[in-house]
Amino acid sequence: MHSHCTVSSSILDGSTLEHGIIKGVDFLSVFAVLDPKGAIALAERGLMFHAVLFMLIVAVPVYILLFFFAWRYRTGNTKAAYAPHWEHSKMEELIWWAIPFEIILILGALTWTSTHDLDPRKTLNVNVAPLVIEVVALDWKWLFLYPEENIATVNYVRVPRDKPVRFDITADAPMNSFWIPELGGQIYAMTGMITSLNLIANEVGEFAGKSANYSGEGFAQMKFTAQATSQENFDAWVAEVKTSSSTLSWSEYEMLAEPSVTKEPLYYGSVEPNLYNMIVTKFTGLPVPSH
Amino acid sequence: MFGKLTPDAFIHGPVETGAQLIVVVGALVVIGLLFYTKSWGWLYRNWLTSVDHKKIGVMYLVLSFVMLMRGAMDALMMRAQQVVAVGDSAGYLSPDHYSQIFTAHGVIMIFFVAMPFMFGLINLIVPLQIGSRDVAYPFLNSMSLWLTVAGAMLMNLSLVAGEFAAVGWLAYPPLSELQFSPGVGVDYYIWALQIAGVGTLLSGINFLVTIIKMRAPGMWLMRMPIFVWTVLGSMLLVIFAFPILTATLGLLSLDRIFGMHFFTTDLGGSAMMYVNLIWAWGHPEVYILILPAFGIFSEIVPVFSQKKLFGYTSMVVATLLIVILSFVVWVHHFFTMGAGANVNAFFGIMTMVIAIPTGVKVFNWLFTMFRGRIVFATPMLWFMGFLTTFILGGMTGVLMAIPGADFQLHNSLFLVAHFHNMIIGGVLFGFFAGFVYWFPKIFGFTLNERLGKWAFWNWIVGFLLAFIPLYALGLMGMTRRLSQVDPIFQPLLIVAAVGACVIALGMFFQILQLIVSVLQRKKNIAGPDPWPGPAGGGRTLEWATSSPPPHYNFASIPRVHGRDAFWVLKEANGPVKEGKTWPERRSSALEAAHERTHIEMPKYTPVGFIVAGCAFLSGFGIVWHIWWLALLGLVAIAIILIARSFESEIEYTIAV
Amino acid sequence: MTTHPSTSSGHVQEDKVVFGFWVYLMSDCVLFAGLFATYAVLQNATFGGPSIAELVSVPFVLTETMILLTSSFTVGLALLAAHRHSGTTTLRVGYGAGKKYLVLTLLAVTLLLGLAFLGMELKEFSHLLAEGNGPSRSAFLSSFFTLIGTHGLHVFFGSLWMLILMAHIVIKGLNPGTVRKLTMVSLFWHFLDIIWIFIFTIVYLMGALAL
Repeated sequence: MHSHCTVSSSILDGSTLEHGIIKGVDFLSVFAVLDPKGAIALAERGLMFHAVLFMLIVAVPVYILLFFFAWRYRTGNTKAAYAPHWEHSKMEELIWWAIPFEIILILGALTWTSTHDLDPRKTLNVNVAPLVIEVVALDWKWLFLYPEENIATVNYVRVPRDKPVRFDITADAPMNSFWIPELGGQIYAMTGMITSLNLIANEVGEFAGKSANYSGEGFAQMKFTAQATSQENFDAWVAEVKTSSSTLSWSEYEMLAEPSVTKEPLYYGSVEPNLYNMIVTKFTGLPVPSH
Repeated sequence: MFGKLTPDAFIHGPVETGAQLIVVVGALVVIGLLFYTKSWGWLYRNWLTSVDHKKIGVMYLVLSFVMLMRGAMDALMMRAQQVVAVGDSAGYLSPDHYSQIFTAHGVIMIFFVAMPFMFGLINLIVPLQIGSRDVAYPFLNSMSLWLTVAGAMLMNLSLVAGEFAAVGWLAYPPLSELQFSPGVGVDYYIWALQIAGVGTLLSGINFLVTIIKMRAPGMWLMRMPIFVWTVLGSMLLVIFAFPILTATLGLLSLDRIFGMHFFTTDLGGSAMMYVNLIWAWGHPEVYILILPAFGIFSEIVPVFSQKKLFGYTSMVVATLLIVILSFVVWVHHFFTMGAGANVNAFFGIMTMVIAIPTGVKVFNWLFTMFRGRIVFATPMLWFMGFLTTFILGGMTGVLMAIPGADFQLHNSLFLVAHFHNMIIGGVLFGFFAGFVYWFPKIFGFTLNERLGKWAFWNWIVGFLLAFIPLYALGLMGMTRRLSQVDPIFQPLLIVAAVGACVIALGMFFQILQLIVSVLQRKKNIAGPDPWPGPAGGGRTLEWATSSPPPHYNFASIPRVHGRDAFWVLKEANGPVKEGKTWPERRSSALEAAHERTHIEMPKYTPVGFIVAGCAFLSGFGIVWHIWWLALLGLVAIAIILIARSFESEIEYTIAV
Repeated sequence: MTTHPSTSSGHVQEDKVVFGFWVYLMSDCVLFAGLFATYAVLQNATFGGPSIAELVSVPFVLTETMILLTSSFTVGLALLAAHRHSGTTTLRVGYGAGKKYLVLTLLAVTLLLGLAFLGMELKEFSHLLAEGNGPSRSAFLSSFFTLIGTHGLHVFFGSLWMLILMAHIVIKGLNPGTVRKLTMVSLFWHFLDIIWIFIFTIVYLMGALAL
């Protein structure tokens, strides 16, 4: 059950993006949540649309009844029927216990399946192993470590298009929440533990990333850019970062972790081995596992 | 001697100094006025020492309105900051001050506006509706009020000395731990809530016992007005939920004062446990507030539709279901904390299940209007406003109950819009409706209808202008609690700010309405049963006594012969038809109910006020680590309560 | 002249106060439930410090338990004595001066047992502190001290209340008012006993077995 589960559900099928309903509806593009650039965000948006549609089945009649009754039975309208003692009817009451019940039954089923499909821990799709990026929420900046590539960045993350990405998220700061609305939903970043978020970008572009959970004075500046490019472009970028002479050693990291706001992205050409595990275990009291 | 309290604590930046001055000058003006009008004696004899549930109710309302002004001021400041602090501009508030403001706004609106408003209305009406002379424990009731006031005052004091918490209204650790918040702000937060929380818990017990034990003869449970039922549900929630809050904040303060490790990042503390615990209180808290609002609407809709409430039994069942369900949904506040899919799905579905009883209530209100004769007086307008906004809020709520959707909406302004939708459109509109509806009963004169309608329209328009943009901003990916925003968000934030100003205009009309109505009170004297209807619109027992009621409420305890107890009494003299006026009908109805007896009433006492004063000093001592003061306050409370236990003459008798 | 049940201060009044006290105990129960939950979550978060198994001395805790159980028994006897004195189980009539001293003696015994229990608990705490295992050593110890300390604080206030009750009985003798107070004190005391049984089982016994 661990890795490479094949996602069978249709709502997760990235191919719907190609002939998706949003293409050509431009005004939505200002709404990041409604303008997905990846399969997860697309599925999450589809889920919202479905849920709202089901709810409208109850909400619209209620609105109509409310205003119709208010108008029809206003006190001036003496032609309308008046039944001051009518207070109970088994049939009617059964109906409006039943209507919301039915809707909730449907929504409940939708919730059960979608929650499992969209479990952030679930590895995405297919035959490609995901790119693993380790994320550390700091006061007040985001540190990204690429364990395979052995590079690190701050407030900037680049991923290849159409490649599943697994973000392993922790914190060395108060609780934050890691969120890239155009790629999909968020997950908390907490000290001493790792939460995983599997995402994918199906289009190239720059997407706004942010912390969604208040973490102190510099919170408003705790933003990053997530950029999706082609695989070749990504590889070239990695090679370029590797040429950087700066190394993220433990002491360098401790300086970085001091509370501050970082406007410009930072790049590290190499990273001290095991740095991420050291960051996680410094809060757990457990020995640092070696790679 | 003074712990951490140094002169520096009183020195602030320019904006904070403004707030400081307002508090100090405001307090001086009130004190000065009391001296000028020589009202100290009057204040002491009639109010501070009162154990009369109606006076206590009025004082709760005063507290709520005063704090509403402060909470609204906070809201306007936040809206203004987000309009000007765009791009590279930092705005006029520092990030730290901005954070204090949004924390204070949340704390004030929930604990010191909504809760006192609710307890005010409960105090005023529940004993009247169940045909009782008082609550179960009148002295405890007075102590509850003053403890709530003490909590509020401690919180306001943070404007003058020191600072308030800058951690959000639920103070999630580790941010609220000493490591990240070394100042006194979080301590003010903890102790203001602990003191007020004890008051709330005592009130919860008091009203539960009142409703169970003090109903008039013949008022069986299934004859109680729905408002009383919902209050019963709400008080049950208070009794089961507030100890969790007390424990949770207690643990946080142990971390902060004694260096323990419940929620710290190191030595094994677990912030996730705090999040679970605080929401195990926090979610029921939402229903503590909304249930009485549902109850108020269940009173208002029948009276202004001139028709019996439809589906009484369904209403009761729905209320009890909500009470039970509200304890099994708390995880929906943090689907994003990394629980597994099974856990998230379970809590998501349980959350949606609450929509069923709530939906039933909505349908029952609608079918109470069906074939009625609806009078659109202000209480009914508030109901219309409530339902219009509440359906929207309910939909967005169910949407966020789906974990997959919540991942994209959580912590965004969509969430902020949703809960304001429920708390303003649901709770606050409900309480406003109740306030307007019962005002003539409590004060003996009616409120100006025209100004009331202006207030309503400003509120509803302002509400939509202020919060619909927030839904949109959430979908644009704007997170909450930002002291500085991206330019793309600015246009809608301007709309929201305009909306906030329109709401402020609505509040202005409410104040004007009060002033004008007080000035014209001689012209607008309310009878015992002032709302429209063939024999007066009142259906429940509070309308059976005079307006305002005597301090013993009923000269003789009414006997109850059915639901809508007062209506049954009216109908006992033949069916109520249009055309007959209320006075003859009412008097004949009441005479049938009267039975003469002697009346025992509790004596007024200053003990509640003094105890709360000591709690305030003690709280202040703990906040600033002035340990002798903290201890002194606690010892004083113990001594006072022990001395009180030796008093025997706590009641007096009125001959009727 | 007809007196109405809800306006006369006799039986109904009593009923109301004791019922309210039950409700209070229920809410206190929730508070302890919160502390138990906290303990359950944190009991393994020892962070290199001692675990519960290393700290428990079963004979010592068993002694504490027996003391508290005995005190529950004696406070029960006191209540029984007060009731029997009136010759009926309802509390309406007939309180003389007669067996007042029996009740007072039983209460004094209860109080002494309560203080003995508190003394033992303080001894345990000071021993832990002396060894550097105070509440700030680890999250586990924080939750341990808090759970047991909160119970101890309740016992302290219960003892204080009992002392005051004794003063009431000395001054006013046994009457419906003081017997009602006695009823509530004994309810409170039994409640603390039940909480302690849970602490004894969950914290100490299960902790010792885990070794």
